[in-house]
Amino acid sequence: MAETHSLQDMRQQAAIAAKVFIQRDYTSGTVCHFQTKFPSELENRIDKQQFEETVRTLNNLYAEAEKLGGSSYLEGCLACLTAYTIFLCMETHYEKVLKKIAKFIQEQNDKIYAPRGLLLTDPIERGLRVVEVTIFEDRSLGR
Amino acid sequence: MKNCEYQQIDPQALSTPTPTPTQPPRPAVEEEKEEERARRKWEVFPGKNRFYCDGRFIVAQQSGVLPLTLGLILVTTVLFFVFDCPFLVKHLTVFIPAIGGVLFVFAVISLLHTSFTDPGILPRATPDEAADIEKQIDNSGSSTYRPPPRTKEVMINEQVVKLKYCFTCKIFRPPRTSHCSLCDNCVERFDHHCPWVGNCVGKRNYRFFYTFIVSLSFLTAFIFGCVATHLALRAQGGRGLMFALQENPARYPFTKTLFWSILGLSGFHTYLVASNLTTNEDIKGSWSGKSGAEDTANPYSYNNIITNCCSVLCGPMPPSLIDRRGFVPVEESSQTVATEIELPMLAAKNEINVEDNCLDFAVSCAG
Repeated sequence: MAETHSLQDMRQQAAIAAKVFIQRDYTSGTVCHFQTKFPSELENRIDKQQFEETVRTLNNLYAEAEKLGGSSYLEGCLACLTAYTIFLCMETHYEKVLKKIAKFIQEQNDKIYAPRGLLLTDPIERGLRVVEVTIFEDRSLGR
Repeated sequence: MKNCEYQQIDPQALSTPTPTPTQPPRPAVEEEKEEERARRKWEVFPGKNRFYCDGRFIVAQQSGVLPLTLGLILVTTVLFFVFDCPFLVKHLTVFIPAIGGVLFVFAVISLLHTSFTDPGILPRATPDEAADIEKQIDNSGSSTYRPPPRTKEVMINEQVVKLKYCFTCKIFRPPRTSHCSLCDNCVERFDHHCPWVGNCVGKRNYRFFYTFIVSLSFLTAFIFGCVATHLALRAQGGRGLMFALQENPARYPFTKTLFWSILGLSGFHTYLVASNLTTNEDIKGSWSGKSGAEDTANPYSYNNIITNCCSVLCGPMPPSLIDRRGFVPVEESSQTVATEIELPMLAAKNEINVEDNCLDFAVSCAG
């Protein structure tokens, strides 16, 4: 019988079996975009569509953060006019989207990944270089 | 029943970690302290940077010329206010010191922002990441054409770009990233290391740097113009130019030199901003075809001067990736240090084993 794990239980008790790293995809330049290729190590743990959907949503969120448009230009010009002192009082658009991303990853972990013995690490904790997926040992089969 | 193998328990091992004889311990790291208080990430930062105000401000290791830069700007402006302003306010307009003051404040604030902001430092790879990359490098290279080891080729906007592996940071450097040897960090969109501001100029602080040199150009041009006007008005006043020059300290040639060098630098960086290039790329000739390759164009340029300017100067402000003020996680603190040495991780494990064995022994004796 498959045991569903809560995030806390997993972190405290389970041993780490492996870690998979989803690297950045630089084909469209220096924008933050992760490869959507499904890693083979996750084949028997999670559905390919679900995983690709998670990565695609992440990519869309980062694209939104780095979007060049009217609002970002306005923010930049306003900041320049105030000699960038406005950054001391105001949260930038990028920071707001990063909070959204953190919440999204938390949700994904709670609903989809933790029950399957997986854990997504927020890319910001790895310098926006990789999406780290920790695969925990499946103890439900052991005991 | 568990394995109740008797092990000699060294009472010393319970309080202090047993050192591994193979590697010398790093003097700055004291494992006892980690257990007592949570440390902030800037305290264990591996690069050669200095931090002030509990990690709020970051500068390069040698910030020696920054005080000189500040001093030069301050002295020039003070001399301007003391010697030229009274005369010009009387003969021209009261706005002269006001404009000078605004430009001065703008230049100094931009300078401080450039010096104390994280330029876009990439944190070093965690041990697991580094191991994964090593594995990938070993597995690849089975095709007939073998690229030189530790490089990776990617296609960016139909242009082949080589990504180099950084041996210090243990990552494949993203495009436009370069490793600064002075700061010992990989910096994103690395422009150059500026000794005048005492920091690297990269993705996060390029706009501050550009604002600084442009506002400084305006400030020196303004002072230069005011000084010239002052001398001209005094010369007109009857006694001639030579007497006027003698009366006033020789700020004229000094300001002139400063003005032309800073104007030149501003002009150069304006060209870089308009073509979405970095100083590093321009010097190396990465996209101008100097290396003899076929038609290479800058793949990052939007091919529109206005879009390039807007994206470089007014684009979204990226976050700092090094999280200076965050706390080092307790279970990972020994791992982050162990990037360099294995000592703390092994010592921690030994401690746990000793305690477990102690407990087992006690249980077996009692039962």
